[in-house]
Amino acid sequence: MGAYVVRRLFWLPIILLVVSFATFAIARFGPGDPISVAAGQIRDDEIVAQIRADRGLDGNIFEQYQDWLFKAVRGDFGESFQQRGFTISEIIFPKMWVSAQLGMIALVIVFGLGIPFGLIAARANGTWIDPFVIGTLLFLQAIPVLVLIPPLLWLFAVQFDLLPVGGWDGLFDIWLIGGVIAIPIPDPHLYIPLVAFTLPGFAGIARLTRITALEVQQEDYIRTARAKGLPESSVALRHVLPNSLLPLVTVIAFALAGIVEGAFFVETLLGIPGIGRFTFQAVTSRDYDAILATTVIFAAIFVLMNLAADLVYGVIDPRIRVGVSRQ
Amino acid sequence: MTAEAATTEGSASAVVGRSEWAIVWERLRRKKLAMISLVVIAVIYGSGLFASVLAPYSYTEQNLDRPTEGIGADHWLGTDRLGRDLLSRAMYSARTTLIVTVAVVLSGSLLIGNTLGLIAGYRGGWIDNAIMRVGDIFSSLPGLPMLILINAAFAPRVTEWVRDIEDRTPLTGLVSSGFASYLIVFAALSLFSWVGTARVIRAQVLQLREREFIMAAESLGASRRRIVFRHLLPGVSFLIILQVSTGLGAVAGSEIVLSWFGVGVQPPAASFGAMLFEGSGARTFQAHPNLLLVPGIIVTLLLFSFALLGDALNDAVRGR
Repeated sequence: MGAYVVRRLFWLPIILLVVSFATFAIARFGPGDPISVAAGQIRDDEIVAQIRADRGLDGNIFEQYQDWLFKAVRGDFGESFQQRGFTISEIIFPKMWVSAQLGMIALVIVFGLGIPFGLIAARANGTWIDPFVIGTLLFLQAIPVLVLIPPLLWLFAVQFDLLPVGGWDGLFDIWLIGGVIAIPIPDPHLYIPLVAFTLPGFAGIARLTRITALEVQQEDYIRTARAKGLPESSVALRHVLPNSLLPLVTVIAFALAGIVEGAFFVETLLGIPGIGRFTFQAVTSRDYDAILATTVIFAAIFVLMNLAADLVYGVIDPRIRVGVSRQ
Repeated sequence: MTAEAATTEGSASAVVGRSEWAIVWERLRRKKLAMISLVVIAVIYGSGLFASVLAPYSYTEQNLDRPTEGIGADHWLGTDRLGRDLLSRAMYSARTTLIVTVAVVLSGSLLIGNTLGLIAGYRGGWIDNAIMRVGDIFSSLPGLPMLILINAAFAPRVTEWVRDIEDRTPLTGLVSSGFASYLIVFAALSLFSWVGTARVIRAQVLQLREREFIMAAESLGASRRRIVFRHLLPGVSFLIILQVSTGLGAVAGSEIVLSWFGVGVQPPAASFGAMLFEGSGARTFQAHPNLLLVPGIIVTLLLFSFALLGDALNDAVRGR
C-alpha cells in the first residue's frame, strides 16, 4: 500500500506540469494575442514593449512558462485582462466558493437519491418496476441540460412566477412567520440549478448500485446469512447494502466531473456567478490568463479527486492493493 | 472476460454453424427497445445522410418576411429568426452530427484507441508505460474547458490554412462550407476519445496474451504484427463494438455542446448546438417554443437511443 501511494503521488506533480504546460502553450498559440488585447486600439511600440515586460510575455515560451509557473505555485495567476485592477485569484476564489457550494449539494443529492433508486430497482428485479425506474432515469440522463433549463425556467419563473429567473443569493433564505418566527429555508435561487445538476446524474449512480446489488445478492455470504435464519430486512440492510456501496466510491470523482462540466451551462444559462460562467466569459473575451488559471485549477482538482478515489478504494478493497503489488 | 464468455458460447454453438456475430445479432433482435432505438438512430442519421435530397429547403435560404413562424403548411416545423426552415436546418444538423460522430469514432476510438491499447497490452514494458501515462494525462485534463480552449485557439489558424489550400488547389468552397471548423472539432474530439478504448482493450489483451493460443502462435514464430492483428484483435472485437456504441453518444453530445458555446461547427453550417442556443432563454421559449423543441427533442431522442442500444448490445455480447 505504501509503495502504491508513493508511486501515485510521484505522478501527481508530473501530470500537473504537463497539463499546465499544454494549457499554457495552447492559450499562447491562440489568436488575439494578449498584448494587443491589453494595449487597446492605439498601438505604441514602446507601450507594447512595456506591457510585454510587465506581463512577463517577453522571452520564448519556455521562459514565459517558467515565469508563470513560479508565480502560479504561490497562488498568483496574474491580473485579469477582462477586469483590470483585479488579480485573477481575487476574482476566481469567491466564484469557486459559489460553485463548490452548489456542486457539493448536487453531489449529495445525486448519491442520496441515486442509491435508493438503484436498490429499489435491484429488489424489484424481474418485475416491470426495475426496467421502468432505470429507463426513466436513463431518459432523464439523455436530456441535455441545454434543452432542460429553458422550459424549466419558463414554467416555474415566467408562467407560474414561483422561482427567480436566475442569479445567486446564498444558500439560505429566511422565512418569516407572522413577522416573528424566522425559519431558514433553502434559497429559491437554488432549486432550478439543483434540478439541472442532478437529473442527468441519477442514472449512473442508480445503475451501478443496481448491478452491484444484484451481484452481491448472488454471493455465498448472503446465502449463509439467509441460511442461518436472518430476517430479510437485516440481510438487505446489514449484508447487501454495505457491500453494494463499495464500487460507488470510485465514481464520486466521475460524478463530480459531470457536475463541474454541467456548471458551464447551468451557471451560464442561469446567471450564477460561479467558476463555470466565469470560464465561459473568459473564453468569449479571450482572457487567456484567466482560462489558464481555471483550467489548471480544474485539472488539479480532477487529478486529486481521482487519486483520492483510488486510494480510498485501495483501503476499502484489499484486492486492489494485491493486484497492484503483483505487477 | 466479456469477449471470453462470448467466445466460449460462440464455439459451443459452432456446431450449428453460426458465427458469434450472428448469435449476438440474434439476441439483440429479440430486444424490442434496442430495435426501436436502432430505427430512431437510422431515421436521424438517414435524414442527415440524404439531407441534400430530402430537405424541403436549403439550410441557408433566408426569408426575412417570415421569421419565427410556428408549425405550418409550407414550413412544417416552423422557421427561425432569419426565416430559415427549421426542418431543413434540423436535417443538416443531423448531417453535422453524422459526420462528426462517425469521423471521431473511426479515428479516435477505432484507430488510435485500438492500436494503442493492443500495443500497450501486448508489448508491455516501457511502451505500455508511456502509452498509459499519456492516457492518464489526457484523462486528467478537464475535457470541456480544454476542448473549448483548443477550438477557440486553433480555429482561426486552421481556417487560414484551409483558405491557403483553396488558393493553391482547384478545390473551392471549403471555407464557406465550414470545412475548417469540422476539421478542428474532429481533431479535438479524437484527441480526447481514445483513452477509454485504449484502457479497456489493454486490460483485455493483458488477459488474452497469457492464453495458450498466443503462446502457440509465438512458439510457431508468428510475427508480432500477425499476433496482434490476427490473434488478439478478434478477441477484443466485441469490446470494440461496445466502445463504439458508447462513443457515438458521447461524441454527438460533445459536438452539440461545443457548437452551443460558439467554438464548434461554425455558421452557416447547421448544428443542433447552434439551434439550441438560438432557442434558449425563458422568454424565447415562451414566444417560440419550436426553436428549442425541434432540436431539443431530436437530440434527446438520439442520445436516449444511443444509451438504450449500448445497453442492449452490452447485454447481447455478455450472453443475456
